[in-house]
Amino acid sequence: MNKDIRLLQGNEACALGAIYAGCDFFGGYPITPSTEIAEDMALMLPKKGGKFIQMEDEIAGIGTILGAAAAGAKAMTATSGPGFSLMMELLGYGCMAEIPCVIVNVQRGGPSTGLPTKGAQADMMQARWGTHGDHPTIALCPSSVEESFKLTVKAFNLAEKFRMPVILLLDEFIGHMREKMEVPAPGQLAVYTHPQPTVSPAEYTHYGDGSSVGGPYASMGSGYRFNITGLTHDPHGFPTGRADEIQWKMDRLKEKIEGHRPELLEVDQEFMDDAEIAVFAYGGAARSAQQAIREARAKGIKAGLVRPTTIWPFPDQALEEVLRRVKTMIVAEISQGQLLGEIQRLNQTHTRVVPVQRYDGEMLTPNEVLNAIAEVSK
Amino acid sequence: MHPSYEMLRPGKKFPHVWCPGCGHGIVQGAIIRAVQKLGWSRDEMVMVSGIGCSSRMPVYVDFNSLHTAHGRALAFATGVKLHNPKLHVIVITGDGDALAIGGNHFIHACRRNADLTVILMNNNIYGMTGGQYSPTTPIGKRASTAPYGTAERDFDPCALAKAAGAAFTARGVAYNALELEKLIETALTRKGFSLVEAISPCPTLYGRLNKEGNAVKMLQWQKANTINIKAAEKLPVEQTAGKIITGIFHDQETVPYTEIYDRIIHKAQGK
Ligand SMILES: Cc1ncc(C[n+]2csc(CCOP(=O)(O)OP(=O)(O)O)c2C)c(N)n1
Ligand code: SF4
Repeated sequence: MNKDIRLLQGNEACALGAIYAGCDFFGGYPITPSTEIAEDMALMLPKKGGKFIQMEDEIAGIGTILGAAAAGAKAMTATSGPGFSLMMELLGYGCMAEIPCVIVNVQRGGPSTGLPTKGAQADMMQARWGTHGDHPTIALCPSSVEESFKLTVKAFNLAEKFRMPVILLLDEFIGHMREKMEVPAPGQLAVYTHPQPTVSPAEYTHYGDGSSVGGPYASMGSGYRFNITGLTHDPHGFPTGRADEIQWKMDRLKEKIEGHRPELLEVDQEFMDDAEIAVFAYGGAARSAQQAIREARAKGIKAGLVRPTTIWPFPDQALEEVLRRVKTMIVAEISQGQLLGEIQRLNQTHTRVVPVQRYDGEMLTPNEVLNAIAEVSK
Repeated sequence: MHPSYEMLRPGKKFPHVWCPGCGHGIVQGAIIRAVQKLGWSRDEMVMVSGIGCSSRMPVYVDFNSLHTAHGRALAFATGVKLHNPKLHVIVITGDGDALAIGGNHFIHACRRNADLTVILMNNNIYGMTGGQYSPTTPIGKRASTAPYGTAERDFDPCALAKAAGAAFTARGVAYNALELEKLIETALTRKGFSLVEAISPCPTLYGRLNKEGNAVKMLQWQKANTINIKAAEKLPVEQTAGKIITGIFHDQETVPYTEIYDRIIHKAQGK
């Protein structure tokens, strides 16, 4: 079979990845620099019998996908910073009610309306802590057009398996960058869809023990009647104020992430075998870091790249190991240091941690990272 | 056993959260009887609500149910219906929920004409948060955040919905549960966005703050001050001013959003 090779933007690859993963519902509100995702979904979804709806705002956008997902859809929305802020209440709802869906945030400069057409990586902490209350999140962060495709598929798979909204954190640099990529043939990437229950309706519990990850759960209208609420609820989905049931629910939300870290985490490492300097970078910034490291190696400097594609949960263990091994870790981010604190938190071995940051709307360049590498290698 | 029981959740969810004398329970009864009359099964029903005293209803009625966030029920309901048009979707909302925080969703849901039946339980006050004024508190009436009387004018939800494009609008009162039940039944059979505004007394807050008396007095006031639209049309305006007009205001045959979307799918697939 002929290979399907295309020149695509990160945003276009994301939309294609969603279709590949079986997405059949998109609801959202346009905002730069995420708009191409909505436009592509509007074009592609009806062709395969799926539904696209442009809602009146981002709150409605996430609301409508949560409703569709409760009725059994594989649903998605895409937005950028200001819209992501508006979605926070219902992102928390999706986590609490355990409804799978994918939320893409193509990050732009902020705060507020900030820099609509320029990139940033400054919503990393919002993806973790933007909602109120205590609960973990899952957020993925691609560094290339091809990875935008693959991580979108992965985001859907994790959403289905872990029964929760999964956040895909693109940045404008990746969203609008064009690269050649091969679109995987059907079947080439694994696509996971949660199973439907097989027990009788009388035996069914929508939040039954042990099924928070990978277990069956019913869609509305499939003959299993159940209640969904954002109020803290018991295993049947009914509001509760009982301490033991509250504890059960909160532990359940926590455990599905904490108990499955190895499955969730992915950290790409390049030139790290003998590295003395590690550059920690993700998303768009990782591309510059990659180039800088190649140039540093050409100069004989032992530098390597540590690039997580899963940002939340944070890959603590992998980074602790790196911090123990290297003399210096450079943290390269297109923000004022959103994840720098995470590295410092993990740094128990007094490894030198050096930030390289840019937050003027422009891409952090390979030279800027290279200069930092050269400086610390002196 | 009362026939409504078969539609209520079995087991531990009673007694309910509503105060004695609250009108919300009467509206719930009317909804259940309307669905029973239509002979629809519980499995094909989805009840979606926002947040407020009224929005607690899904816990008691044994349908598929989604208790969402304050003001957002219509967004969720649109997703449910669009993904699975076979489901009958009833949206339970309050005057604050639908018209204040959810006002934008409300007008756009009317405009879009998705096939939803909205029961807007209007008690002219925020019940759940303790009696603050709502977009339907009449000007001059008291609320916990309007101790000197509210300075804001109120919405007429039925007029608003019609202007925004709803296919069907009607109003009933808790006192006249039979009329309310019929209105809900008719609304459920209509294609497109249908609204039934159910005037539901809140004796605990609105009644107390505005010296309207207890639950019985409030219902008696409804009885004395309600005129059906057919009768009202024959009366001089002086006699209808300040009264609650009930009945069907707007009933237009429309093609609902879900059907129009099916045509889009056909077009996209080149059929
Ligand atoms: C985002 C948000 N803001 C405010 C609230 C608090 N709140 C809960 S119910 C409510 C008003 C409910 O009034 P109404 O919709 O009229 O319903 P009722 O309780 O009177 O039936 C408010 C303001 C909330 N839950 N969420
Ligand atoms: S506060 Fe008012 S609206 Fe709420 S349950 Fe009591 S009487 Fe009903």
